Amino acid sequence: MKVVVDMNKCQDHGQCVFAAPDVFSLDDAGHLAYVSDPDDALRDEVEEAADVCPLQAIRIEA
Amino acid sequence: MTARIVVAGASMAGLRAAEQLRAAGWRGAITLVGDEPHPPYNRPPLSKEVLAGKASFESLAFRPRASVSDVEWRLGRKAVAAALDERTVRLDDGTELSYDGLVVATGMRPRRLDCPGPAAGRHTVRTLDDARGLREALTRPGARVVVVGAGFIGCEVAATAVGLGVAEVTVVDPLPLPMAGPLGELLGRAMLERHEARGVRFALGTGVAGFTGEERVTGVELSDGSVLAADVVVESVGSVANTEWLDGNGLDLADGVLTDARLRAGGRPDVVAVGDVARFPNARYDGVPRRVEHWCIPTDTAKHAAKTLVGDAEPVPFAPLPSFWSDQHDFRLQSFGAPVLGKGDVRVLDGDPEGDVLVGYHHDGRLVGVVALGGQAMTASAARYRAELLKQPALTETVSG
Ligand SMILES: Cc1cc2nc3c(=O)[nH]c(=O)nc-3n(C[C@H](O)[C@H](O)[C@H](O)COP(=O)(O)OP(=O)(O)OC[C@H]3O[C@@H](n4cnc5c(N)ncnc54)[C@H](O)[C@@H]3O)c2cc1C
Ligand code: SF4
Repeated sequence: MKVVVDMNKCQDHGQCVFAAPDVFSLDDAGHLAYVSDPDDALRDEVEEAADVCPLQAIRIEA
Repeated sequence: MTARIVVAGASMAGLRAAEQLRAAGWRGAITLVGDEPHPPYNRPPLSKEVLAGKASFESLAFRPRASVSDVEWRLGRKAVAAALDERTVRLDDGTELSYDGLVVATGMRPRRLDCPGPAAGRHTVRTLDDARGLREALTRPGARVVVVGAGFIGCEVAATAVGLGVAEVTVVDPLPLPMAGPLGELLGRAMLERHEARGVRFALGTGVAGFTGEERVTGVELSDGSVLAADVVVESVGSVANTEWLDGNGLDLADGVLTDARLRAGGRPDVVAVGDVARFPNARYDGVPRRVEHWCIPTDTAKHAAKTLVGDAEPVPFAPLPSFWSDQHDFRLQSFGAPVLGKGDVRVLDGDPEGDVLVGYHHDGRLVGVVALGGQAMTASAARYRAELLKQPALTETVSG
C-alpha cells in the first residue's frame, strides 16, 4: 500500500504514531517520519492512523 | 426489503459510525441524515486556522473511506421525531424512515446567553457558516471584540483575533481563571499570563448582565454595571445536546443520551449513541457516565457502537483514553487522560509553569491525566506519559468533577 502525508498540513501531533507505530514515528526533534510503502498487512493500522490525525493529513493511495 | 441502519447527525461521529459499521461487517443499507448542508468536515480548525484565514473549506472536509461510497446521504434534512418502539425516524420534510438499527450522532449546539439586548453582532462558533460569519466580522477595520466564556473555544477565538491584528479583545468569565474548570489552577494561571502577554485582556470574576445597542450590539454590560464597548461579541459559554427529536421515548436525555457500557440507549439493542452527544461510562475511570467533547471520542465511540449494533459476540470493555489538544497563539495544550478527575493533586512532571511545562493530575495518588503546555518537545514528553496512563488500574470509587 502507499501512504502519503501532506507535510504542509501535518503539525506533528503524533496521534498517528500511537495508532500505527510500525509506520509512523517522531524523530528526536519531534517531527514526523513515516514509511511510505508499508506492507499491506498493516492496512488496518494505517487506516486507524488516518482516522485519528487531527489535521486529516494522511492519505492512503491504493 | 434490505435491512437499514439510520445514522442521525452527519458530522464526524456519524461518518465514523458508518465506516465502522462497514468494518464490523454490516452489508445492509446505511442512511445518514444531517441538517447541515455540508458533507462532514473537521471542526477544530473553525476557531483556529479557518478563523485566521489559513484554511479553506475544502481542506476541512473529511475523506470518507471507500467502504461507505454506497451509503445514502440526506443532507440539509433534520430528524424531528423518533418512535423507537416502531423503529422509525421522521424528517423535517415529513419522510418517515424505518430502521433496523439507529445511531444517534446529533452532537451539540452552542448554549446562548439569555440576556436583554439586540441579537445582531453576537456570534457563536460551531459550524463552518458560523466561522465564516465571525471571520468577516473580525476582519472589519477597528473591530472591538468581547468573548464571553474563557473556556477552550473562547480562548482560541481570542488568540486568533489578536493574531488577526484586532486591537481590542477582552474575555469575560465569572470564574477567576481561564480554562481552570477542566485544567485546574496551575495551568489556568499559566494560560492567563500567556494570553495577557500577547495582548488579550480579561474581565474575570464577573458575569454578563446584558448587551447595549439598538439594532446592533455596541457593548457588553457586566454584572457590576460597567460596560465594555464591542461591535463583535462571541458567546462561548458551553453547549447543549441536540436530543429533542428523541423526546417521548423514555430515554434519559438529561445531558445528552445516557448509554450503557456498550453505548446502547435505554437498554435497547438497536439504538446506540456516539460522539459528543453520548453520555457513557468509561471503564478506565469510575464508571460514572459522562459526555466527553473531545475530537477523539467520535472515532472511539463509533468503533465500539458499531460492534454493539452488528452484534459482535464478545463485548469488550469500553475504556477509551481521552486525548485533547488546543492551539492558542504560538503554543499548544496537549492532554491525555482525564485531568478533570485529578485537579485536587496537580504536580509538575517536567519543565516549569513559566515556560514549557508538563503537568500530572492524580487521584488517590494515581496518575489520571497529563497536560503539556508549550512547544513540540513538551508535547512529545506528554506522549511518553501516555503509556504510563494506559497502564494505570481503573478507579474504584466515584470521583466528582
Ligand atoms: C470550534 C470548535 C473547536 C474545537 N476544537 C477542538 C480541539 O482543538 N480539540 C479537540 O479535541 N476537540 C475540539 N472540538 C470538539 C470536536 O470538534 C467535537 O468533539 C466533534 O466535532 C464532535 O463530533 P460529533 O459528530 O459528535 O458532533 P457534531 O460535530 O456536533 O455533529 C453533529 C451533527 O448533527 C447535526 N444535527 C443536529 N441535530 C440534528 C437533527 N435533529 N437531525 C439531523 N442532524 C442533526 C448537526 O448539525 C451536526 O452536523 C472543537 C469543537 C468546536 C465546535
Ligand atoms: S497525526 Fe497527523 S498531524 Fe500528527 S504527526 Fe501524524 S500526520 Fe502529522
